Amino acid sequence: MMGEIQVLVEHRLGELRDITFEMLTKACELSEKTSSKVVSIILGKNVKEKAEKLSKYSDEVLVVDDDRLEYYNSDVYQMTLEKIVKERKPWLLMIAHTSYGIELAPSLAVSLNAPIVTDCIDLNVEDGKLMVIRQVYGGKLYAKIHVKKTDPAILTIRQGVVQPKELEKHGKINVLKPSIDLEAVKKKFIEYVAPAVGEVDITSADVIVAIGRGIKDKSNIPLAEELARLLGGVLACSRPIVDKGWLPQDRQVGSSGKTVKPKLYIALGISGAFQHILGMKNSQLIIAINKDPNAPIFNVSHYGVVEDLFKVVPTLIEKIKELKKQAT
Amino acid sequence: MNIVVCVKHVPDVSEIEVKVDPVKKDIDKSGLVFDINEWDDYAVEEALRIKEKFGGTVTVVTIGDESADSTLRKCLAKGADNAIRVTDPRIASWDPLVIAKILYKVVKDIHYDLILTGVQASDDGYSVVGQALAEMLGIPHATLVKKIEIDGGIVRVNRELEGGLEEIIELSLPALLTIQTGINEPRYVSIMGVRKAMRKEIKILNLDDLGLAREAVKEASPIEMVELYVPPVERKAEIITGSVDEVASKIVEIIKSRGLV
Repeated sequence: MMGEIQVLVEHRLGELRDITFEMLTKACELSEKTSSKVVSIILGKNVKEKAEKLSKYSDEVLVVDDDRLEYYNSDVYQMTLEKIVKERKPWLLMIAHTSYGIELAPSLAVSLNAPIVTDCIDLNVEDGKLMVIRQVYGGKLYAKIHVKKTDPAILTIRQGVVQPKELEKHGKINVLKPSIDLEAVKKKFIEYVAPAVGEVDITSADVIVAIGRGIKDKSNIPLAEELARLLGGVLACSRPIVDKGWLPQDRQVGSSGKTVKPKLYIALGISGAFQHILGMKNSQLIIAINKDPNAPIFNVSHYGVVEDLFKVVPTLIEKIKELKKQAT
Repeated sequence: MNIVVCVKHVPDVSEIEVKVDPVKKDIDKSGLVFDINEWDDYAVEEALRIKEKFGGTVTVVTIGDESADSTLRKCLAKGADNAIRVTDPRIASWDPLVIAKILYKVVKDIHYDLILTGVQASDDGYSVVGQALAEMLGIPHATLVKKIEIDGGIVRVNRELEGGLEEIIELSLPALLTIQTGINEPRYVSIMGVRKAMRKEIKILNLDDLGLAREAVKEASPIEMVELYVPPVERKAEIITGSVDEVASKIVEIIKSRGLV
């Protein structure tokens, strides 16, 4: 399995995104085992200066700097990468499992006739076989998958699962100029839409009471709101609550919402999908109430209560009120 | 506007423990409740709304055994016009490119302007099939779609990026879009609708019908499911036990000791 491991660098609005270094860390680990070379590929406009930083994490950096790559367009990325992959013949191509990677990787796999496994949380080479681990059924089970064809194999990697390491490589920077034909491109970037600014900024709150599917009905929200108010905190939520239109999007915690680090995070009826956990796992104190003992939220909480939130929360509210009364 | 929607019939495992079957390649499905994949439900709703606005037909396609008919019937009851199900025990069901190939064979001869499907399925969560299908058909695609506007031969969509950011992109029709949850509010099915849908025909196809008896079978897939297993317990939380009153008191004690109340 010697040869090249390629990592597609992810960047947006001039910033290299964390997942890039997570993937490069994993790639380096695998490269040592397989005597492979780690090659990072950055596509974009005015990205040459980024290559310096990437060279510390790679044995080689391939740069395609082109005005037509100014905004991310998976069609343009695909035609560019296809050429690079066909010429360089890596055995593995790693792409981020993000809004950009999801748009690109599957169709690239089809055009390269390569197998694809997405949203991998781990990968390894065992007895010369490429093995990947991914979560299924909302993280309740893991699947171990053997990717038998590696010319190349395409894997997309979940964000936040690899601890990125500082590396001290001095990869050579190579500028490529593959031809880009915009005639064949059937989609066009128009503009970014920034998130709407709400009345409450949950990222600056010391205490957050967050609700998930377990709140069951919109009419139950005032219960959680009262708990938040008593603790001087704010109400936040997981994705399903926003999808149902029960709370505005600026209250959503998670990868597609906000990242928060309050002193206290109380999760009510939140199962803990990884997208949610990415947004709250660094809170100083996490208390979760959920009636499902297997809910992944308990893997990141400091304290857990396996019970119906509608039994615990009203009692909790009474106790806090009592305490406040004693204090005055 | 003729629309094809690819849907999946999946088990609801949100509040239950999922068990692995003895062969460790699939889950133990006994006693599980199945329904349409949540993301696909939003895709069906979006298709119906577009049909109601522009006219045309909605065709739903699935791959699965006969239990998946209940998901197709639900779609028909909501207003879909046609339903197709591909079924074959030989399918390498864990390989998303195999699923895309089967759908490609089904869809390529249907007249369509738009293909919709969910961003991902709640069971295997690949987020691959839609994009791969679009590539096989030679049409553009957009994933994580939160808003759709159709104007002539162009579809303008909002894609959900990370951190609340969205991007607007335009695609020429025909196109494939993968639909994100929250884009609309899926309708409920009326009892009348379900009754009427019971009489509608579901077209059934197998791998031989599609000419995929060699390509789409387990032996031909470059991806092999080695094992499905319950992840090692990494529970960090200290579980507070006792009566509701005791539990509440303990929580108050914890937050009080941190000076948070």
